[in-house]
Amino acid sequence: MREITLDDIESLAVGAWILGTGGGGSPYLGLLNMRRLYAEGRCVKLMSPFDLADDDWVAVVSNMGAPLVGQERLADSRNIARAVEMQQAYHGWKFRAVMSLEIGGNNSIQPLMAAAHLGLPVVDADTMGRAYPEAQMTSVAVGDLRPYPCALYDPRGIEAMVTQVPNWKWMERASRKICTEMGSIASTCKAPRTGAEVKEWGIHFTTSKAIGIGKRVREAQRRHEDPIAAVLDEAQGKLLFRGKVIDVARRTTEGFLRGTAVIDGLDEDRGSRLELAFQNEWVVAWRVDGESRTPIAMSPDLICVLDSVSGNAFGTETIRYGMRASVIALPAPPVFLTPKGLQHVGPRAFGYDIDFRSVFG
Amino acid sequence: MRRIGIDVGGTNTDAVLLEDGRVVHAVKTPTTEDVTGGILASLDLLRRKPEVAQGRIDGVIIGTTHFINAVVQRRHLGKIAAVRIGMPAAASLPPFCDWPQDLAALVAGEVFMLEGGHDYDGREIMPFAEAEMRAAARRIREAGIGAVGVSAIFSPLDPSHEERAAAILTQECPDAQVTLSHRLGRIGLLERENAALLNAALGDLARVTIEGFRRAIAASGIDAPLFITQNDGTVMAAETAMALPVMSFASGATNSMRGAAFLSGIKDAMVVDVGGTSSDVGQLRNGFPREANSVVEVGGVRTLFRMPDLYSIGLGGGSIVKREPLNVGPESVGYRLTQEALVFGGSAVTATDAAVKAGVVAIGDAGRLGELSRETAGAVMTLAREKLEDAIDRMKTEAGDVTLIAVGGGAFLAPDRMAGIGEVIRVPHGDCANAVGAAVAQVSGETDQIYRDMTRAEAIAAAEAQAVERARAAGADPATIQTIEIEDMPLAYLPGNALRVRVRVAGEMAST
Repeated sequence: MREITLDDIESLAVGAWILGTGGGGSPYLGLLNMRRLYAEGRCVKLMSPFDLADDDWVAVVSNMGAPLVGQERLADSRNIARAVEMQQAYHGWKFRAVMSLEIGGNNSIQPLMAAAHLGLPVVDADTMGRAYPEAQMTSVAVGDLRPYPCALYDPRGIEAMVTQVPNWKWMERASRKICTEMGSIASTCKAPRTGAEVKEWGIHFTTSKAIGIGKRVREAQRRHEDPIAAVLDEAQGKLLFRGKVIDVARRTTEGFLRGTAVIDGLDEDRGSRLELAFQNEWVVAWRVDGESRTPIAMSPDLICVLDSVSGNAFGTETIRYGMRASVIALPAPPVFLTPKGLQHVGPRAFGYDIDFRSVFG
Repeated sequence: MRRIGIDVGGTNTDAVLLEDGRVVHAVKTPTTEDVTGGILASLDLLRRKPEVAQGRIDGVIIGTTHFINAVVQRRHLGKIAAVRIGMPAAASLPPFCDWPQDLAALVAGEVFMLEGGHDYDGREIMPFAEAEMRAAARRIREAGIGAVGVSAIFSPLDPSHEERAAAILTQECPDAQVTLSHRLGRIGLLERENAALLNAALGDLARVTIEGFRRAIAASGIDAPLFITQNDGTVMAAETAMALPVMSFASGATNSMRGAAFLSGIKDAMVVDVGGTSSDVGQLRNGFPREANSVVEVGGVRTLFRMPDLYSIGLGGGSIVKREPLNVGPESVGYRLTQEALVFGGSAVTATDAAVKAGVVAIGDAGRLGELSRETAGAVMTLAREKLEDAIDRMKTEAGDVTLIAVGGGAFLAPDRMAGIGEVIRVPHGDCANAVGAAVAQVSGETDQIYRDMTRAEAIAAAEAQAVERARAAGADPATIQTIEIEDMPLAYLPGNALRVRVRVAGEMAST
């Protein structure tokens, strides 16, 4: 168990945005909350998942809803803490620790906000290892763990529990309806996990990983070194392509942001193009050389599009013409590489009829 | 049709007289601390030309970086009250929460957070807290605070709670200047609120400055209405600018790109404005600068202003040349160029000296360049060209060669042949492109309201008609008015197919 410093959280915001693989929402508002909480003297501790007892209970938290609404209603750190308390009141026991549903983007900070108010440690793990758009795209869904109950909280004093559903898909539907009525934003505490479940099905050490990536990027920025090389080194990634964004097409369908971005090669990639498809997050990358068009990276491998100069991530909502981008791949969590894992998050789960082939062989 | 355009920059105040679409005369004077002195001096210079002195002037249009500089330099800012309407949502991130501490300490007076605001679908988050608002207004009066910034959650969708707050403030503190966030921005509470708070803090400065502009114009014997240019290249009446000074934040860059388009007659091209210290590269699309679509920081405060998308590098006529290794910029002698450059008898080797040695331009006394070799001068010019080429390439949105319009006092640093550039266009009066851009600024009209029981097409048409009428009333020539922006948002929860429509139109200033 170690203390997370505010500097770690500044790094976490940078690293989690990179692990967001284009989505997950900017961690900026969460970071602002944490700066204020630390200024008040609060501090959060990080614990290894392997220090959990098998029968400990762990709260899995996330913010649910439309990123646009989050830009107006903002994230209030106390709301996520209240969602955790609702679960405790429902079950009549206490959580040992809090962990993130999704380390990519804004949800990386949610467990820290809850933990700061509740005096609990944060487990160094999550259930995605990145960001994904749907509730069944988690390691705990791949493991067929129990999807209920789920607590949803709105600061007007609206509290809802989805106490039972037959599967993860129904949890997505039922909780989404409640979230919509709350104004399309809700603080949620998902089905509690036992220490044993976290040890077996959690994706481990992802908070440290995000902090580590962010730290290296910030260091490289300070020293005017190549931040892309720093990310590749820190996260054992591979550089896929360097170039300049020349086209972005977006459309909003069924609540998701879908579209494509095209990057024209520079330096070693001059003369080639990279086409990227996204559904909130980057899903598939094709390299185009003349007539040939080959998929070179796809989910569940992480595709990250970074600013070639600063190393900060570009989101699918904000990427635009003219940006200098380096596209890199990071290894997928092993749980998603099994046949069952690929059913949940492989290219076919996003509608691309491609057999998964990992960048990492 | 005769108009005077003035650009009040950090270094120079430029003024041009535009007559029937032609630049008759252009002058440059140093900007003065009080701003008005420079304007007075440039108007005096302008009026020494007989053709300027005679005949009436239809309008004076001023573009200024004065207000954005006040924020950046932390000068002339007032203490304000902030009213946030949206509790219990967003409670942990109050107004000023992401401001640099020094600026917040200067500006933040009272902060109030009240119940109210709206959801994305038009429903109220909570009913508006009328009694608490009245109590807040009384506290503001008692504290002697003269400016208030008001923000409400989702006010761009439904401004009614901000408007009710303003009505109460007007009753309780009739002398206070009130800024409502929905007049300044869109979705993004913190950024929109920040814009409103900055605007409130600039209230006194705006009043004093714009009244100074008026006095300077009157003192030089010109009897013409005064307009101030805003970020999007259109003008607002002086009274409006007093209420919304932040709308002029980026007008310097916008004006120089609009001026480049006007002087060259080209509507789609890259533009580089090479000044004394820096070069700004932007792109003209249909005669207007392409806008940045991300968060813009002003003096360390995040805002969502619509600003031209610019890439700036530290290269200009005053950039200092360094050797071993050879480099030029980002350090610059700035406004001291005419004392410190070799060609002006100084001892600093600048980009201008290299250009004179290389025979690209004739400025000052080439006889003073003794210590600068022709080889070094050539290498500096190559370096400057490469820096500009890289900056331009970063801003290009398509592969292939593009047309470049080079303006600004240091435009000679951009040679005729550059990688990725098909043609470099130079224009007469290009060194005063920003003042020309002010002189040709258009008049806009905007409407923003909720329509019910209409189809989307009917609602947009109704909004357009109203915006056109407003532009005409503000002085636009009806024959030239074009729609520049339409935005519509369905309010799902409200009965009667409610649709919020925002339309912005602009046209040429009509002759009076």
